[in-house]
Amino acid sequence: MAAVTVSGIHKMYGLCSHAVRQTAGLRAARLLQQHRAFRVSAVHQQEPFDSSLEKPQFPGASAEFVDELEFIQPNVISGIPVYRVMDRQGNIINPSQDPQLSKETVLNFYQKMTMLNTMDRILYESQRQGRISFYMTNYGEEGTHIGSAAALDQNDLVFGQYREAGVLMYRGFPLDLFMAQCYANADDLGKGRQMPVHYGSKDLNFVTISSPLATQIPQAAGAAYAVKRENMNRAVICYFGEGAASEGDAHAGFNFSATLECPLIFFCRNNGYAISTPTNEQYRGDGIAARGPGYGMLSIRVDGNDVFAVYNATKEARRRAVAENQPFLIEAMTYRIGHHSTSDDSSAYRSVDEVNYWDKQDHPISRLRHYMSTRGWWSEDDERTWRKQSRKKVMEAFERAEKRLKPNPELMFTDVYHEMTPSLDKQRQAMFKHVQQYKEHYPLDLYDK
Amino acid sequence: MAAAARFFIRGANSKLIGVGTGAHSSFGATLLKLSPSCNSRSKTQRRHAMHFTYQPDPVPTQYGPTQKMNFFQSVTSALDNTLANDPTAVIFGEDVAFGGVFRCTVGLRDKYGKDRVFNTPLCEQGIVGFGIGVAVAGATAIAEIQFADYIYPAFDQLVNEAAKYRYRSGNLFDCGNLTIRAPWGCVGHGSLYHSQSPEAFFAHCPGLKVVIPRGPVQAKGLLLACIADQNPCIFFEPKILYRSAVGQVPVESYTIPLSQAEVLQEGSDVTLVAWGTQVHVIKEVANLAQEKLGLSCEVIDLQTILPWDTETICKSVVKTGRLLISHEAPVTGGFAAEISSTVQEECFLNLEAPISRVCGYDTPFPHIFEPFYIPDKWKCFDAIKRMINY
Repeated sequence: MAAVTVSGIHKMYGLCSHAVRQTAGLRAARLLQQHRAFRVSAVHQQEPFDSSLEKPQFPGASAEFVDELEFIQPNVISGIPVYRVMDRQGNIINPSQDPQLSKETVLNFYQKMTMLNTMDRILYESQRQGRISFYMTNYGEEGTHIGSAAALDQNDLVFGQYREAGVLMYRGFPLDLFMAQCYANADDLGKGRQMPVHYGSKDLNFVTISSPLATQIPQAAGAAYAVKRENMNRAVICYFGEGAASEGDAHAGFNFSATLECPLIFFCRNNGYAISTPTNEQYRGDGIAARGPGYGMLSIRVDGNDVFAVYNATKEARRRAVAENQPFLIEAMTYRIGHHSTSDDSSAYRSVDEVNYWDKQDHPISRLRHYMSTRGWWSEDDERTWRKQSRKKVMEAFERAEKRLKPNPELMFTDVYHEMTPSLDKQRQAMFKHVQQYKEHYPLDLYDK
Repeated sequence: MAAAARFFIRGANSKLIGVGTGAHSSFGATLLKLSPSCNSRSKTQRRHAMHFTYQPDPVPTQYGPTQKMNFFQSVTSALDNTLANDPTAVIFGEDVAFGGVFRCTVGLRDKYGKDRVFNTPLCEQGIVGFGIGVAVAGATAIAEIQFADYIYPAFDQLVNEAAKYRYRSGNLFDCGNLTIRAPWGCVGHGSLYHSQSPEAFFAHCPGLKVVIPRGPVQAKGLLLACIADQNPCIFFEPKILYRSAVGQVPVESYTIPLSQAEVLQEGSDVTLVAWGTQVHVIKEVANLAQEKLGLSCEVIDLQTILPWDTETICKSVVKTGRLLISHEAPVTGGFAAEISSTVQEECFLNLEAPISRVCGYDTPFPHIFEPFYIPDKWKCFDAIKRMINY
């Protein structure tokens, strides 16, 4: 009986087998219930000190004594389950979990996901042709972006890694500005200073992306703390990949947000790879979600190819994070269908069959399309028309971006500090003087004057 | 690491500087009192005599009423003014809630609430990352790193993130409201990890400001300037001055401008440049040089390492024709190299001798050998002698 119970617990949480094995029947069942209702109180209270009680008095943890030696076993065979709302054919599995979104909302989800996909294809090709220097696609992860973005308030602050362009797409970031950033032209809000796909938008509360992995994680905790003090019903969401979760900054951010009680959603895109490194070389625990409880954080694992599962989990996490001032961890299981970036050929470390499975048989876009078709919300004709229309919009923006001049080289020197420092001003003048003298050696005609 | 550091420094500090810590005695201090070798006036204490004499500045009159404060109290006063005037401002770090291991935040939590003055987990990269986030969201973040020696885990957040936030986002986002404070410099017995002067590591990083005061009046004015400044600032506090430097400090808020060196003493023969504690060393050196060699030294406190005040330094060297730069940090790659090279470029025709750097040696900061390591007044004096005879 104990063994059965143990496996039950493992299925749910993969924790606590030591206590259970020593007890049987009722005791185990009670433990199971307690752990099913695993909950972290918003304020961690240390037990009041009372030396008369025959129980552990250590300030560092609240626990019972045990009189047998047993190490806690991690459970990686039967991990935290993957929350799903619809199956691969787009059928709702459990009606009570159907978010019952309107037709317009669902069509919007679909159009944003496919628009992102179209933009990815065109910009990927443009990099292959040397028209932009670098690109990273979002293939296979469109559902995680759109589902989570839709569950947020527009005022919620977003911190991302670099593969979350769909969040910006959902918030209405214009195609022209995506292109301007990748082309680093004079329209780029970032003034052409960063590599492509390092987007940012103050108006859309999307904090500018930077290349160093995981640095945004403790920053998101700080922003969430400030947002909590503002008391304006705002939350912060922070996206990162499962590889980035190995960085020290991830540990910092999880721990700070829990101890400082921050209204923050950690959203991990577990797509199986960090460039060429598969997850079994990234970690040996039960993924990222299993780490959450260790930090005292409510955690869930969702099917990242199921836009409704992502939506539901984010919606509930957002509601509770703001109401209770505590962080939540969502691990969205997905698969990186594209190469890591345009500087990577993923066939060097994984099979084409593996990629094809996810592309053809379990894709967030096709799953949502099944759902819409079943309801008669989307036909072959709609699909054809939309494909043509979205491609046209992307191509038009692409052509406009390509024709535009680059920003004035003056902008190389501004914004280093809030003000222009005297020594920097001197360097600026020296640069212009030099370029004037040697102008035939510099591409001045490509830049704004 | 921080816990061990705290006992060590506070215990020993109270003994050597002689300011009582009875109200907050630590385990370390108790141990020291029990130790017979520490009770007698032994060789140990003689070896630990301070390498400089602190002389307070004239009482500032331009900022209103003053009060007697030591260095750490003037820091508290600056933080107090900030929390009172800026409702978004928060102070956080390791052990700041009970008042800090150097007493810089005493009383602030009681006065302003625990959501504004709070402990963080023991993780420097987290502290700076968290501070950046607070600042990005528009609030004022004042983070403490317990010792400058432990700032390196946050190097990535400072150099790749804080310094580049405004630039890389095209000014859409910034963390200009962030200030990092950290105890800095040698303390007599701090050894490798309670003595470091890491300013040169940060001087190579566009986007940051690095500021180091020499006394309580400058500490308050410069710290308030850092907090008000629209750029991320690192504020290093010479920990050996926390209790030993006492003076009249204005009670109300005031600022001393960043990126401005201060000429403390005018002279015509040699320019001496230093910052932090070392300013007091070169002040003594100037007196020695006057007394023993009849030389008139111009003494300059650089105050801001980045972006630094080239103009004041060059103007002085044009006049004197000689320059000595001194810092506790190791000589190779130290900030004196930057000053020296710039002055050489700007004042080539005025220089009458090679520029002299009197700095720490290129070793880690040692424990028992500290008196031989530091660029004390005799090493500086000797360098001036050689420069004059060049």
